[in-house]
Amino acid sequence: MVEIVDIINAGLFAAALRMATPLVFTSIGGIFSERAGIVNIALEGMMLTGAFSGVLATFATGNPWLGVIASVLAGGLLGYLHALLTVKFAGNQIVSGTGINLLALGGTGYLCQAIWGSRGASQSVQGLGAISIPLLKDIPFIGEIIGTQTPLVYISIIVVVLSYILLFKTPMGLRIRAVGEHPAAADTTGVDVYKTKYLCVVLSGMLAGLGGAFLSLGHLSLFVNGMTGGRGFIALAAMILGGWTPVGALGASLLFGFADALQMRLQSVALLPSQIILTLPYILTIIVVAVFARKRAPPSDYKPYIKE
Amino acid sequence: MTEDKIKQKARQILEKAQLRFITSLTDSIPQIIAVIGAFLIGAIVLAVTGYSPLEAYGTMLVGAFGDIYGVGQTLTQATPILFTALAFLLAFKCGLFNLGAEGQLIIGGFFAAVVGISLNGLPVFIHLPLALLAGILGGAIWGFIPAVLKAKLGAHEVITTMMSSYVALYVTSYFVNYPLKAPGWVSQTIPIAASAELPRLLPVTQLSAAFILSIAAAIATVYLLEKTTIGYEIRAIGLNPAAAENAGISTKKGLILALVISGAIAGVGGAGEILGVHRRFIDGFSPGYGWDGLAVALIGGLNPVGSIIAAILFGAIRSGGISMNISTGVPLDIINVLQALVVLFVAAPKIFEYFKKKGGFKWLKLST
Repeated sequence: MVEIVDIINAGLFAAALRMATPLVFTSIGGIFSERAGIVNIALEGMMLTGAFSGVLATFATGNPWLGVIASVLAGGLLGYLHALLTVKFAGNQIVSGTGINLLALGGTGYLCQAIWGSRGASQSVQGLGAISIPLLKDIPFIGEIIGTQTPLVYISIIVVVLSYILLFKTPMGLRIRAVGEHPAAADTTGVDVYKTKYLCVVLSGMLAGLGGAFLSLGHLSLFVNGMTGGRGFIALAAMILGGWTPVGALGASLLFGFADALQMRLQSVALLPSQIILTLPYILTIIVVAVFARKRAPPSDYKPYIKE
Repeated sequence: MTEDKIKQKARQILEKAQLRFITSLTDSIPQIIAVIGAFLIGAIVLAVTGYSPLEAYGTMLVGAFGDIYGVGQTLTQATPILFTALAFLLAFKCGLFNLGAEGQLIIGGFFAAVVGISLNGLPVFIHLPLALLAGILGGAIWGFIPAVLKAKLGAHEVITTMMSSYVALYVTSYFVNYPLKAPGWVSQTIPIAASAELPRLLPVTQLSAAFILSIAAAIATVYLLEKTTIGYEIRAIGLNPAAAENAGISTKKGLILALVISGAIAGVGGAGEILGVHRRFIDGFSPGYGWDGLAVALIGGLNPVGSIIAAILFGAIRSGGISMNISTGVPLDIINVLQALVVLFVAAPKIFEYFKKKGGFKWLKLST
């Protein structure tokens, strides 16, 4: 009989960091969108499409890095669609987001079957593999956790830093936040509100696509139908818990990543039936959203901006 | 009353009815265009991936309405979709997005199945209502949790209802894989007792009395929204929560009630599926009826009567889709693509205004 303590080791923390990575990308995507006043529940579908496109492009070219680029582009394309419907046509952001999620689920399932003849999963492709950071990997314990990982894990940390700088240290970031705080005021000071919103939602989709690429090219090396399993929504919870800041989202993603890693470990030791263990990340998400609901969202979130 | 007066009165009524018919038809033009647009884009998808759109849609149409079996299966598929559409629209009238109808439907079906298999020797008129009530209770509980979290803590229902759907899926999956699993390799329960079965309406097809219940639920929803105080309060909160609160309506109570009733409606839908169609609980029995319901409510113009028509359309797409899949090999997921496209088209009604402004709809002779 395997004891619970046996699964708490450096390997668990390494897995937690891995499982946090798609959430880091996607929750930062959510931050950009909501900071510009657009609720983006389509993150789930953008991630799934990213995961699929990454595998498809890798399958076609044999190069997983081209796959990653395809993921980012596909996510960005869906971001553009969301922006078109919600910014240009002032449509309902939740309805548009739900439509994109359904389109992603149906579309990837359809294409998966049309291309690989199976609705359930694609063929295996070349994954991104792992890289080791010299010196870092030789530190005891910590080296085991962060020394050898998929390149996307390290890229996610860079994305956190860059996003923080962009949002809080540059004039562009100030403009984005102004658009989310008070679009009419931003407009009178000469900020192109629509353009800013478009940019942010497209960027949001690109980041979610990258999160999807991690799942299909970094973590596994194939596409599985519905493989995001609600992670787009969990990323939204991480965004809320992190107070709409990149560093906060990183912390929150690590918490959810830990829950995901723990869930996988618990399944492997079979202490509880897998179905019960699988509910853990979802229940944790509900609790987090409930407890931290009072955190302040950008004021113009969800309200369509119609220029006078 | 003289004959002339009667004639005049009759003419007036007729003119009024005609006017209503025409306005309701013009009002639903965006929805009709959304459906046509979705099918057109779907045709492009089919053609690009190497299938014949004409053949695919043709077999779909014949499968859905070609014979009495097809019609029966279409209405069978329309039933749970109508329930989840009503669930979505009721919550929507209160300004809430219930994205958890899928989970509420699953839990409702599960509760009904538990009552259906665990009680024996009861007369039909006790066992069947009990099983249906269990379905209502299951769905209501699954609506109550996000409702209370929203009312007391402000947790956004979009995330909590979505997450609770996953929980519903896995929890029921646990039960039918372990404690309640029937012998054999399929993840399902043993059949429910005959006394809990909803009667079938059309031999050979799976059409059951659940269909009648769904129509009754649509009428009840109209009544609730239009004729009762609760319905009035729900609509007032949906239109303007601050004004409703000022007028002495408790918005917290109202939104809890709306989500609980919404969950309960989806729950009966699940119970209808289990007691009328499958007659046992099968792991993952819903192919996404919760999401169909969302699309149907939007296409039905967020009103129960419109939802009936839209539900039959989506039921036809599902039942015809199965025949299409069998005879042409087109992946079944095209159904979900069509459903998604419809939702995207109705997401932004301004698309139509935009094209109208550009003169695109001149041939429709629309005046704004």
